[in-house]
Amino acid sequence: MSALRQIAFYGKGGIGKSTTSQNTLAALADLGQKILIVGCDPKADSTRLILHAKAQDTILSLAAEAGSVEDLELEDVMKVGYKDIRCVESGGPEPGVGCAGRGVITSINFLEEEGAYDGADYVSYDVLGDVVCGGFAMPIRENKAQEIYIVMSGEMMAMYAANNIAKGILKYANSGGVRLGGLICNERQTDKEYELADSLAKKLNTTLIHFVPRDNVVQHAELRRMTVLEYAPDSKQADEYRQLAQKIHDNVGKGTIPTPITMDELEELLMDHGIMQKVDESIIGKTAAELAAEAAA
Amino acid sequence: MSQSAEHILDHENLFREPEYLEMFESKKTNFEDPHPAEKVAEIRDWTKGWEYREKNFARESLTVNPAKACQPLGAVFAAVGFEGTLPFVHGSQGCVAYYRSHFSRHFKEPTSCVSSSMTEDAAVFGGLNNMIDGLANAYKLYKPKMIAVSTTCMAEVIGDDLNGFIQNAKAKGSVPEDFDVPYAHTPAFVGSHVTGYDNALRGIVTHFWEGKERAPNDKINFIGGFDGYTVGNMREVKRMFGLMGVDYTLLGDNSDAWDTPTDGEFRMYDGGTTLEDAKAALNAKATLSMQEFCTEKTLGYIKERGQETVALNHPVGVAGTDRFLMEVSRLTGKAIPAELEKERGRLLDAIADSSSHLHGKKFALYGDPDLTLGLAAFLLELGVEPVHVLATNGTKDWAEKMQALFDSSPFGKGCHAYAGRDLWHMRSLLFTEPVDFLIGNTYGKYLERDTGTPLIRVGFPIFDRHHHHRFPVWGYQGGLNLLVTLLDKVFDELDKNTNVAGKTDYSFDIIR
Repeated sequence: MSALRQIAFYGKGGIGKSTTSQNTLAALADLGQKILIVGCDPKADSTRLILHAKAQDTILSLAAEAGSVEDLELEDVMKVGYKDIRCVESGGPEPGVGCAGRGVITSINFLEEEGAYDGADYVSYDVLGDVVCGGFAMPIRENKAQEIYIVMSGEMMAMYAANNIAKGILKYANSGGVRLGGLICNERQTDKEYELADSLAKKLNTTLIHFVPRDNVVQHAELRRMTVLEYAPDSKQADEYRQLAQKIHDNVGKGTIPTPITMDELEELLMDHGIMQKVDESIIGKTAAELAAEAAA
Repeated sequence: MSQSAEHILDHENLFREPEYLEMFESKKTNFEDPHPAEKVAEIRDWTKGWEYREKNFARESLTVNPAKACQPLGAVFAAVGFEGTLPFVHGSQGCVAYYRSHFSRHFKEPTSCVSSSMTEDAAVFGGLNNMIDGLANAYKLYKPKMIAVSTTCMAEVIGDDLNGFIQNAKAKGSVPEDFDVPYAHTPAFVGSHVTGYDNALRGIVTHFWEGKERAPNDKINFIGGFDGYTVGNMREVKRMFGLMGVDYTLLGDNSDAWDTPTDGEFRMYDGGTTLEDAKAALNAKATLSMQEFCTEKTLGYIKERGQETVALNHPVGVAGTDRFLMEVSRLTGKAIPAELEKERGRLLDAIADSSSHLHGKKFALYGDPDLTLGLAAFLLELGVEPVHVLATNGTKDWAEKMQALFDSSPFGKGCHAYAGRDLWHMRSLLFTEPVDFLIGNTYGKYLERDTGTPLIRVGFPIFDRHHHHRFPVWGYQGGLNLLVTLLDKVFDELDKNTNVAGKTDYSFDIIR
């Protein structure tokens, strides 16, 4: 058995992170890999396509029922889905209370202590949105994920989030072994999307590991709470995920220390590709009325 | 073996026996990989010089031995001062163990205080359930008249909302709807115990006064602030007010709770400001605080409600007590009685009797902002130079106030106020600009050992000397107690310095 590989998927909320990760991991399972998915999102939707379930019972909700995390057993929290992929969700508090970041830390500690990783070839963490606090950085801390894959698109805010995540990785890259594995662009059909994603990857000292085209079959599969790999294994889209899975599989040890860029550099990048016009500094902060008055003068 | 069942040695002496000395030596040389003694001595000497002092004062990202505690400690202090009140700290259990032990070690009395015992899942989901269960349990088990809630770091970091939580708990029937549950957010990583005292007391006052109509009367309110001498001081204040015939309310009176008699009855709560008095205190004409920096927000609220407020800085000594009594007299229209004037005369007389032993001596001093202001003023009054005055929880305002105090006396020349500095800074000060005596709390004994500066224990906490908190430092009587405390050490040191037979004992006098 080869050494355990730990990877993590990060990206802006709503970018298709969970969909991309589950399809890719299903493809990896098709390659014969034994996989454990650790969902690190209070929404607990990182495993629904694998389990054909709405949302599985989370470690934290079960812990709250049992009294404390110490009272939980691994069997209580782990579910097995498509191709024996094992799934756990950390879960978290209701919006507006408590500390979701602490929840991620609690869950991952629990899983490690209980030996949840034994026998797995891959552990994959699926982490929400930005790295907003230390808790959500847990999977990139020392001895956790070796490679981080950032799911993004050609939209400004998705690129902005990707850059922020790169900053988070950089913070831990020098003290631990975490590396940026690459960008995964989930096509949104924005202008010059591939070129933009590719240039951003270069700026961040990484590669655009795969450009996943938009295809409605993903939607169809998702309505059935299935991955494309399971729903339509012969589709072109399933092939795309297989390619991505193979690339990730071959990417072992090829991660890099990212070089995040400034907000100005990011805007420049958009201007270079003609997506954004240079901002006229003289109009910033002026209301329509003020601009009209200036024009009249 | 040097001890047996018939012959037990106290640990003080036990570890000097040869078998232990041998063991320690072996541990050091075989396992600790120590630097050579000369190197250690060399570095130790270097830390005593000016070069190290400058490095020490340039230090930014490290605090060593801060002379302050955290907000909830002050909040618990404030809560203990009210009738039948159980301090309830929302957060983790260990924090509350610290407040209880800290007070018990100083006052030599148990301190009742409960925790909502937040654990890991509470940190993730928020502590609402802990509040609901905690209030219900505390109410049923300990039958308090009031539960005063404050918070630890844990609850503050995750942003628990006390107001909402308490309302929720009441709706779930944890405590009756009309049961008094004042609260204050007291993040331990902001401010110090004096801030926490202020927040908690404001929480209690606001709880009783908010939305109530004020019908002014002629009473005054008195607030003592966070004070290690609260047992003796509060009783002395009550005695003085009694002599003056002042109609007053103490807002927070810990004197009975922290000095219960041994008579066979355990008192979970004792004494304290009655809840009725706390409510009625809204109608007083004025509120006088003995400690400005302990009551900034509380007095702000009281002023808003239409009362006159007066803030002093832990006044001690002749001029300090004069100012205090004259303010009380001004506010109440009551004359200062001859009895108190006599006490004043006696204190003055005592100061004059001993003046030659204190006049011109150099002192260093650290403690809370108000205490240091009060003590420094007393020292100046005695002709003592308070060369280094340090308050870790002192602000820029405090330092300015201290400087103004120095400027008001010829003995304040060349004296410095150090705001926000710690006891490691004080160590450098004592080495580079030595003084005759150091005033501080128990932790000052390390400075005494390190620098050889004799320590006079005044402040909080004092763990290693017993019962001084039972005697006042306020009022003319309190001034006398302080004077004696200073003099006792001065004479002890003088004797120590003159006790070598045939060498220094030419000055080993019976009469001092």
